[in-house]
Amino acid sequence: MFEISLHILDILQNSIKAGASLITVRLTLKGNMLTVVIEDNGCGMSKEFVARVCDPFVTTRTTRKVGMGISLFKAGAEASGGSFSIHSREGVGTTVTAVFDISCIDCPPLGDINGTMISQFVCHPEIDFIYSFTTDKGQMEFDTRAVKQVLGDEVSLDTPEVMQWMQESIKEELEQIEANVN
Amino acid sequence: MKSIQELEAIRQRTLNTINMRKDNQNTRVVVGMATCGIAAGARPVLLKFMDEVANRNLSGVTVSQTGCIGFCRLEPIVEVYSPDKEKVTYVKVNPDMVGRIITDHIVNGKVVEEYTIGYYEKNNK
Ligand SMILES: Nc1ncnc2c1ncn2[C@@H]1O[C@H](COP(=O)(O)OP(=O)(O)OP(=O)(O)O)[C@@H](O)[C@H]1O
Ligand SMILES: [Mg+2]
Repeated sequence: MFEISLHILDILQNSIKAGASLITVRLTLKGNMLTVVIEDNGCGMSKEFVARVCDPFVTTRTTRKVGMGISLFKAGAEASGGSFSIHSREGVGTTVTAVFDISCIDCPPLGDINGTMISQFVCHPEIDFIYSFTTDKGQMEFDTRAVKQVLGDEVSLDTPEVMQWMQESIKEELEQIEANVN
Repeated sequence: MKSIQELEAIRQRTLNTINMRKDNQNTRVVVGMATCGIAAGARPVLLKFMDEVANRNLSGVTVSQTGCIGFCRLEPIVEVYSPDKEKVTYVKVNPDMVGRIITDHIVNGKVVEEYTIGYYEKNNK
């Protein structure tokens, strides 16, 4: 995977498959360290399963025998001198945390994180998302529930104009906190 | 957050057109988004479809995603479902191909043969 934001997109697919109704993605940039936390309230995993899930040969998918998402994310973080952890509870949800040292030459760029997030808001209007980004300059927090509240029941998040509004809104706020990691 | 009034206005405009939209039958564009698809470049393809649909103001076209479609080596894969027609599967799609899929196929109903899985399989044996 060439970008951290592509790993995030991939990990989000796990949360979606797990039936989550609320997914939170938090990015925090402190000095050289970028911490990514992805939390969902999906079906979770048993203790034994989580213990094995970083192994690429562990998957519940049926179209092929290897699941690569988590093991690739872990490898990406560790190769950059960062760290990785995953916590899960059956019936409660899952939290995946990855830390990247962005000064390390082996660290992939963050890439189009807004594209990752907005594509998911639009593809899954039924799921609530919180997307936050914290830097030394402050915090941006975008909660799709606030947007849905304004839009009411008849207008969905996948309305093209709404998508463009979200894009601009997030971009503006990220500029204010100087969240440019690349 | 960017001005809420603006979002309010979008809501009003959309509500005004929503009744029209209901009459249109939907075309669905589905992009494969498993690890294989994402690694092969599915995200820019998905975003390009979303942008084009928004910019050309195509009502009645929805863009969505699915897990692994089962042909990992042919990703990014895009499926187009039109009412009363058979599903069309495009393979190894990149953002530069999106414009033609939209103009030829989705707007004018003419499948872009050379992007389809059938064409690919026949010419890459
Ligand atoms: N957030 C989650 N909630 C519940 N189960 C999860 C979650 N994330 C992963 N899993 C379980 O762990 C397995 C391995 O995940 P991983 O992302 O590594 O591979 P995959 O999703 O199976 O396949 P791929 O990511 O290659 O498309 C999944 O099949 C799923 O059963
Ligand atoms: Mg996965």
